Amino acid sequence: MKSGRREFLKLGVAATAAVALSRARASAQGTAARVVIVGGGFAGASCARALRQADSRIAVTLVEPSPTFTACPFSNAVIAGLRELRAQQFTYERVAADGIVIARTTATAVDAQARSVTLADGTRLSYDRLVLAPGIEIRWGALPGYDQAATAQMPHAWQAGEQTLLLRRQLEAMDDGGLVVISAPANPFRCPPGPYERASLIAHYLKTKKPKSKLIVLDAKDAFSKQRLFQQAWSELYPGLLEWVPLSKGGSVTSVDAATRTLVTDFGRHQAKVANVIPPQKAGRIADVAGVTDRSGWCPIDPATFESKLQPGVHVIGDAAIAGAMPKSAFAANSQAKTCAAAVARLVTGGAPSAPKLINTCYSLVAPDYGISVAGVYQPSGGQLAEVPGSGGVSPADAPRATRAAEAVLAEAWFRTITDEIFG
Amino acid sequence: MVRFVAAAIGFVSIAAAVVASAEPPAGAAACSGCHPASARVTSPVPRLAGRDAAAIVKAMQDFRSGTRTGTVMDRIAKGFTDEEIQAIAAWYATQK
Repeated sequence: MKSGRREFLKLGVAATAAVALSRARASAQGTAARVVIVGGGFAGASCARALRQADSRIAVTLVEPSPTFTACPFSNAVIAGLRELRAQQFTYERVAADGIVIARTTATAVDAQARSVTLADGTRLSYDRLVLAPGIEIRWGALPGYDQAATAQMPHAWQAGEQTLLLRRQLEAMDDGGLVVISAPANPFRCPPGPYERASLIAHYLKTKKPKSKLIVLDAKDAFSKQRLFQQAWSELYPGLLEWVPLSKGGSVTSVDAATRTLVTDFGRHQAKVANVIPPQKAGRIADVAGVTDRSGWCPIDPATFESKLQPGVHVIGDAAIAGAMPKSAFAANSQAKTCAAAVARLVTGGAPSAPKLINTCYSLVAPDYGISVAGVYQPSGGQLAEVPGSGGVSPADAPRATRAAEAVLAEAWFRTITDEIFG
Repeated sequence: MVRFVAAAIGFVSIAAAVVASAEPPAGAAACSGCHPASARVTSPVPRLAGRDAAAIVKAMQDFRSGTRTGTVMDRIAKGFTDEEIQAIAAWYATQK
C-alpha cells in the first residue's frame, strides 16, 4: 500500500512534469501558449494587454460579454451631476488591435483538471493558464429585503452603468429638504473609500442645489478608509448636512423595505426620499463556478503569481482576489494584472516567476476641487501581500487647500492615464 | 550536490539578469498607473520612458528622504530599496 502510493505519487509528479515540459516545448517551438482571461475590466483588460506585451507569441482570449466597459472610479461624480456617464465608458477596439481575441459572451463553466473553459454558446476553450478577473457580484439575500427588484427603488450603483444614472435621476427628482440615506457595508467590499466619496459628492450636490436637504450615512463599521481626512473635510464643507452613523451608534442596516424606501437598523427606521444601498458583495459568479472561492466568497491566491490556492492553473486578479493588505481598487487591479501577466508569461514557457512589488494609489474627491489619497507599496510576505514597512499612508491631515486642489487634479489625471493604458 | 545547487543558482541569477533587460524589474510596471505610458495623455505627472536614469534615482531618493515634497511619491518611494530604484530607473531609461 505504502509503496503503491509512493509509485502513484511518483507517476503523478512525472505526469505533471511531462505536461509542463510539453507546454514549455510547445512554446519554444513557436506553438502559441494559450491564456484565457475572463472579465474585461481594469484587471482583465490590463492583464490581456500586458501578456501580449510580455510575449507576443502567447495567444490571448478575453471573454467579456459587454461591448462597452463602464468604469466605477469617478462614477460618484456622475451621480452628483459633475460628469457624464459617457466619460466613464470605453470600448475594446484597441485591446483587439493588440491581437487579443475577444469572445463577446460569458463563461459558464471551468474544468481546471482538463484546463478548459465553457462559454455560454457551448464552445470549449482550452488553456494553458486561465485568469479570472470577474470583479464583484452582489451577495443577494445577505440584506433582508434587498433583492434584484429592490435595486429599481433603492439603487446600489456599485457596478457602474444604469444604476449610476438611476441614482442621479432620483437625486435630481427629489424636492429640496428631502432625506438621502446611504448604507455602507462591512469589510471587505469593492473600493473601501467609495461610500464616503459618494457621500461627499452627494453632499456637494445637495449643498449647491438643495441646501435644506439632509444626508445620513448608515455604516456597518466603526472605522473606514481615509476616515480622518473625510471627517475633517465634512465638518469644513458640509456641517449639519452630512451625518455619519457608525456601527456602535446603530449604523448597521439589518433590513430594507424597497416599496417605502425604508432602512431598518437595531436603533430605528429611516424613511428616505432617496436611498442608496451599498450591499454586501462577493467575487463575481465565475469564481464560484470555477471553485476558486473560499467560505468568505472571495478568492485566496498566491501573492507572487495570483494563482489560486484552490485550483492549479487558474489565476484570480482584481476585486475578486484576497490580496492581503491591498484594497479592492482599480489601481490595485491594474498593478495585480501586470504582476500576474509577468508570472504567467514565465510559467507558460517553463520559467520561474520573480518576486514582485506592487503599488496602489487611490484618490477620493470630497468636493470637485478637494482631493485626498491613500497610497501603498506591497510585496509577498508570509504567504500574503503585505505593505512594505514604512511605506504608504494617506494625505497629510494638515495640508493646505492648494494640496487638496492639486490632488483633485491628480485624481483626474490618474483616471485619464490608467484608462488610456488599458483601453487606449 | 551543494556545488550543483550553487551552480544552478548562479545560472538562474544570470538568466534573470539577461531577462531583466527586457522585462520590467519589480515595481516598475505599476508606475504607469499614474505616469503615462503614452505621450498622447495630458497629465501633470511626468512620463518615465526615456528619462535619464540618474534623474529618476535622484528624484526617488529625494522623495524617500523627504528633501523633495510630493503628493503621493513621498509615500511610495519609501517602499523601495536603492537597488530596486536603480533597476527601475535603468529599465525606464531604455524604454521609448
